Amino acid sequence: MTRLEPLAIPAAALAAAMVVFGLFMAALGQNPLEVYALIYRGAFASAFSWQNTLARAAPLVLTALCVALPARVGLMVIGGEGALVLGGLSAAVVGHALAGTAPLTVQAAMALAAMVVGGAWIALAGALRQYRGVNETISSLLLTYIAIALFNHLVEGPLRDPASLNKPSTAPIGDASMLGRLPGLDVHWGLGLGIVFCALMYVLVQHTTYGFGMRIVGGNARAARLAGLPVGGLVLAACALGGAAAGLAGMVEVAAVHGSANASLIAGYGYGGILIAFIARQNPLAIVPVAVLVGGLAASGSMLQRRLDLPDATVLVLQGVAFMLILASEALYGRLKPFRPTRASP
Amino acid sequence: MSDVSRREALKTLGVVGTIGALGGWPRAARAADKLVVGVIYVGPRDDYGYNQAQAQAAAQIKKLPGVSVVEQEKVPETTDVQKTMGSMIEQDGATLLFPTSFGYFDPHILKAAEKYPKIRFAHCGGLWTEGKHPKNVGSYFGYIDECQYLNGVVAGHASKTKKLGFIAAKPIPQVLRNINAFTLGARSVDPKITTQLLVTGDWSLPVKEAEATNSLIDQGVDVVTCHVDSPKVVVETAERRGIFVCGYHANQATLAPKGYLTGAEWNWLTPYTLHVQDAQAGKPLVNFLRGGLKEGFVKTSAYGRAVSEAARKKADGVKAQMMKGDFVIFRGPIKDNTGKTVIDQGVAQKQTDVVLEQMSYLVEGVVGRV
Repeated sequence: MTRLEPLAIPAAALAAAMVVFGLFMAALGQNPLEVYALIYRGAFASAFSWQNTLARAAPLVLTALCVALPARVGLMVIGGEGALVLGGLSAAVVGHALAGTAPLTVQAAMALAAMVVGGAWIALAGALRQYRGVNETISSLLLTYIAIALFNHLVEGPLRDPASLNKPSTAPIGDASMLGRLPGLDVHWGLGLGIVFCALMYVLVQHTTYGFGMRIVGGNARAARLAGLPVGGLVLAACALGGAAAGLAGMVEVAAVHGSANASLIAGYGYGGILIAFIARQNPLAIVPVAVLVGGLAASGSMLQRRLDLPDATVLVLQGVAFMLILASEALYGRLKPFRPTRASP
Repeated sequence: MSDVSRREALKTLGVVGTIGALGGWPRAARAADKLVVGVIYVGPRDDYGYNQAQAQAAAQIKKLPGVSVVEQEKVPETTDVQKTMGSMIEQDGATLLFPTSFGYFDPHILKAAEKYPKIRFAHCGGLWTEGKHPKNVGSYFGYIDECQYLNGVVAGHASKTKKLGFIAAKPIPQVLRNINAFTLGARSVDPKITTQLLVTGDWSLPVKEAEATNSLIDQGVDVVTCHVDSPKVVVETAERRGIFVCGYHANQATLAPKGYLTGAEWNWLTPYTLHVQDAQAGKPLVNFLRGGLKEGFVKTSAYGRAVSEAARKKADGVKAQMMKGDFVIFRGPIKDNTGKTVIDQGVAQKQTDVVLEQMSYLVEGVVGRV
């Protein structure tokens, strides 16, 4: 029974969120059942809606890791957007420079560049925290503004493709270097990369001594230091890995969607990841289904707008309610009778 | 932190997947014999700006017989818009789409058009190129610099300090063309007039736009206009500080009953109606659709109370010439603000001239840099 606890509590919180949202819809004069039916239909009812859902989930899987990994060493990083944007930009630059080389080489180089830059960006927030005592939540958020300003300056200035008149962009990486779609799906390879990254990080965090060290640092940094763990190194590494994931998300947006870096990259995926990491309770493996769920909500939000003429904010209300209830439900762990470990009677 | 066991997670995913596979809802044709039109906005429909101008046309189209409209707002320029277009086609049965944001075109509309060759895509912005882009895609756009010129004429009359302000999102050709037309209009009234330019850097930055407006007013500017997605903040700030303002995109007169002079508005009903009628009649999509005041693609807001008789007379005179089609805004000699001649004496660059679409300079009288 205890093993079911981490599934049952979030599920109950989600169900409660649905009820609250249903009341909200009823208050707006909509039939909650019809709304639920539309949410299901928009997100999961057909092959098309599944692909719609998965495509929306893809970038969020990677940006959620940018929150979940630093969380393992006890840091609350919310600046994934900055790493994504700069990662995407460096990928676009490398991709253009290497255009004409074998596609796999170009893509690998792009991914590497994006991960290095994204990783360095979040590691900066980690270093500021570790060595200068600067709050990483604030610094990573402020670093995002710097990243976006830098991005806009470079894309509209030195790195601008003169042919991009009314939509300033970097020079295109070329069709040959673009990432394709997953076989049989209308979803790009970003989803595959995200799932692989999540799986690797799950193994790293849960099944290696290195990940064990990370978790100890997150639990109690002073104890970790007393135990002789390289706390600074672990903190920086966790941040760098998280940033690398967000950077890779930027590379995917460039290589699978836009073909160059431009302002469309700044779409808020970095912030979307925060919600997912929290609902997944910072567990890399749980990020995937949660991202699918949130992607599904986004897909069905589109349906709600079109069929019921509800505003775009409707789905944000549902997301907000779900987020609050799931966070609140954390307090229930270990307090519900059915999930308590049964003790052998004396 | 707790772990979800792999087996349990897989089981759950499997169950959800099966439900999904079994579902297989039939395509919901909302109205079988009606033309379903899908309209997609990048921001909110009631932004007093770019999106509202499109939404107003969509609201009119809705009233046409045999037409139903599905709308979606706040769709970012990512794969999201591709999926939204797909949903409108697959789930709503839409056959004519108006994805309105400039950034939707490449790659999103081009990809969708390839995937759905029978669906019509009408994009706002004028990017369609013969031979390069598919035939089921078209672009519509308006020569709104005509209205900005008229804004300039009216602003030139209203200004006492002879200092005008322009708040721009990005220094791209379309925006520069508006700044230049506005300035040329104002300087046709009084060549001593200057336009102070402030660039915010992005299409929707309300805080920066308010700061820019305040800072322009502090520098002595007494008429301001803008080219950002939603002029709401600029118009409200100007009204609060008691200066005049010219609108853009849509009508903002209700936001500034005292200071609103006039405004440059889109009239998207013209291209929307044409595309809808063509779709209903089964005629091929018009790929390249443009016009100015004369063709009814743009319009000016009604004059505010503060507009003097002289200003009305002058502006109406120019407007009448534009309606006849014999007024050229960019007629040489025109110098840029560094003193270089950019359009030679005797050269008239008419609205259709493609040179105008690569504009990279600010005319004499604009204080600022590209």
